[in-house]
Amino acid sequence: MKRKTVWKMWITLALTALLSITALAGCSSESSTTNNGDGAKSTETSSDTNTLEKIKKRGKLIVGVKYDLNLFGLKNPETGKVEGFDIDIAKGLAKKILGDENKIELKEVTSKTRIPMLNNGEIDAIIATMTITEERKKEVDFSDVYFMAGQSLLVKKDSKINSVKDLKKGMTVLTAKGSTSAQNIRKVAPQVNVLEFENYAEAFTALKAGQGDALTTDNALLLGMAKQDPNYRVLDETFTEEPYGIAVRKGDTEFLKVINEYLKEIKENGEYDKIYEKWIGKKPQQQ
Amino acid sequence: MLRYSILFDHWDMYMQGFVNTLKASVLALIGSLIIGIIIAIFRIAPIRPLNWLGAAYVEFIRNIPLVLIVFVFFVGLPAVGIRFDPFTAGTLGLTVYTAAFIAEVIRSGILAVPKGQMEAARSSGLTYLQTMRYIILPQAIKMVIPPLGNQFINLVKNSSVLGVIAGLDLMYFGDLISSETFVTFDVYIFVALFYLVLTIPLSLGVGYLERRLAKSR
Amino acid sequence: MDFIGAYSPAHLTFLLQGFLVTLEVAFISIIFSFIFGIIIGVIRYTKIPGISQIFAIIVETIRNLPLLLIIFFTYFALPEVGLKLDKFYAAIVALVVFESAMLSEIVRGGLNSIDKGQIEAARSSGLTYIQTLWYIVLPQALRRMVPPIVSQFISLLKDTSLAIVIALPELMNHAQIINGRNVNYVIPIFILVALMYFVVNYSLSLVSRRLEYKQR
Repeated sequence: MKRKTVWKMWITLALTALLSITALAGCSSESSTTNNGDGAKSTETSSDTNTLEKIKKRGKLIVGVKYDLNLFGLKNPETGKVEGFDIDIAKGLAKKILGDENKIELKEVTSKTRIPMLNNGEIDAIIATMTITEERKKEVDFSDVYFMAGQSLLVKKDSKINSVKDLKKGMTVLTAKGSTSAQNIRKVAPQVNVLEFENYAEAFTALKAGQGDALTTDNALLLGMAKQDPNYRVLDETFTEEPYGIAVRKGDTEFLKVINEYLKEIKENGEYDKIYEKWIGKKPQQQ
Repeated sequence: MLRYSILFDHWDMYMQGFVNTLKASVLALIGSLIIGIIIAIFRIAPIRPLNWLGAAYVEFIRNIPLVLIVFVFFVGLPAVGIRFDPFTAGTLGLTVYTAAFIAEVIRSGILAVPKGQMEAARSSGLTYLQTMRYIILPQAIKMVIPPLGNQFINLVKNSSVLGVIAGLDLMYFGDLISSETFVTFDVYIFVALFYLVLTIPLSLGVGYLERRLAKSR
Repeated sequence: MDFIGAYSPAHLTFLLQGFLVTLEVAFISIIFSFIFGIIIGVIRYTKIPGISQIFAIIVETIRNLPLLLIIFFTYFALPEVGLKLDKFYAAIVALVVFESAMLSEIVRGGLNSIDKGQIEAARSSGLTYIQTLWYIVLPQALRRMVPPIVSQFISLLKDTSLAIVIALPELMNHAQIINGRNVNYVIPIFILVALMYFVVNYSLSLVSRRLEYKQR
């Protein structure tokens, strides 16, 4: 008799679960379509996403940056500070909005967590080596391009891989989840296995542990890794163009306008070239 | 409504993950049963150093996180030249971790067999190992099956750590699908249903065995 | 292997910072899941028609899912339905949800192990049902439950390391950041981190054994 009641319980469970899931998901998809559908006239969303006001009130800009990428955003365990190209761009933005580059809070994002964190309201903007893509434009709004990268491969110094064409069937290429790199490498070299990790630090650790033949992502990031560990080198060739943009919540037009003004300003007054040289080690190429 | 298209469009990925989760769980169960039995015997054998060794294994492993053990196999051992692919590293980590719990289950099962039986068997001329093999273990096994079942349920759930090291399991593929499609809610619900397909029948089975055992006492 | 480089003062402080986050998350989660665990366990024990069954269904579903999935779900999926949590709270919520379900089963088992004759005796001496539960059954049951509850707390403390998947800056996350700098640090760091977890958890289990011993 006891067994029967258990079975009954499970059947009820299955039914309630299905019902509640359907109901919940129904709500969620409805609300998301109304949000996306009429972005132009949705005044209630723009009032609570007036980020610029919020930042000024709070007296602090909150930016999502990477903590695991040498040159762009790296938390240095020696000093506890986060440093890099993206960080300097973020600090400049804080100075532009609040008049002080130290009125900023940095939060760690990964390729996978950054969009959810932005839409959560946990951060005001993403400055985290984020490539502008059509797909992502459906989720967030992007600023003008602030850095031009291209995808390449990081391999062991003595590796025989000198081009994407050298990747053979059965080889394993590592990258991070939620990045465009995985999709690109599958297109360029469909014969290889692709393993995706939570972030680039895990992927690089895995490469060092011999879990793959190459690590793929944007050359700018790979250069940082090669600098960190001289046993690795970056191929000269790039096989994609990766324009990086600063991402803000959808419909956050006022904030976006300020960001674009800021980017234009630093490009004109030479501040951008200084940051670029400081981290990348050479002058940016004129586009 | 749930977006079922996400499930059907990525069915192959879900299935591959599901099969690998099952594979990792079964392989780790076999491995941890073998190690667990050996450790349990170490702990009760009449040899002091073996007792200590067994106790040290159980106490140490039970008090550190599974993620750490899996990372040791994934990036720790490769640092000294021993390499495993992610799936193997994860399965080995699961095995080492679960073995400590299984050893405890088996030990308490063996200790539950009345001491007099050991003495009687020994005095009738059986060796220690023979007594274990023919008298004690068969009785202990009956008692330990329900708690072992619970360990297997934990194993299936814990196998999700493979997702952290790209171990190609259900969690890994679920996470991958969600980061490719930007759909999270629906994807994780489907992943949850796949796990429940494995764990709920196991839970029901364990519950049934527990009740049957309680009745037979 | 480079023990000296790995154990530099900067690295040690960095690990300690991570460990503080681990302990903080674990401590808050333990308190809340203990409270919820008792409430849910008692509700299931009292067999209030309807409500007990609903809790049974929820608890059984959660218990049969991997905690890792619940963490992912709390952090990545709940925002889709309008519930937004930052990493720290997402980790705590996920842990509390999962561990409350586990603890409620322990509580229910402990309550069931109390002799039904005691309840009848207490009731016939004039106590209400709630009073009987609160003064007679629960205190005895809790005493019996100390060892399994403490081992559940140990699990919780270990499980905080799963929050590495949402980059919560806890011990495991900080360990991996250091490991990323140099392959020769990996094994020394893992040894140290394992000892840090071990010392806290083993002390907890010793306390639990002491309590168990005292009862006899």
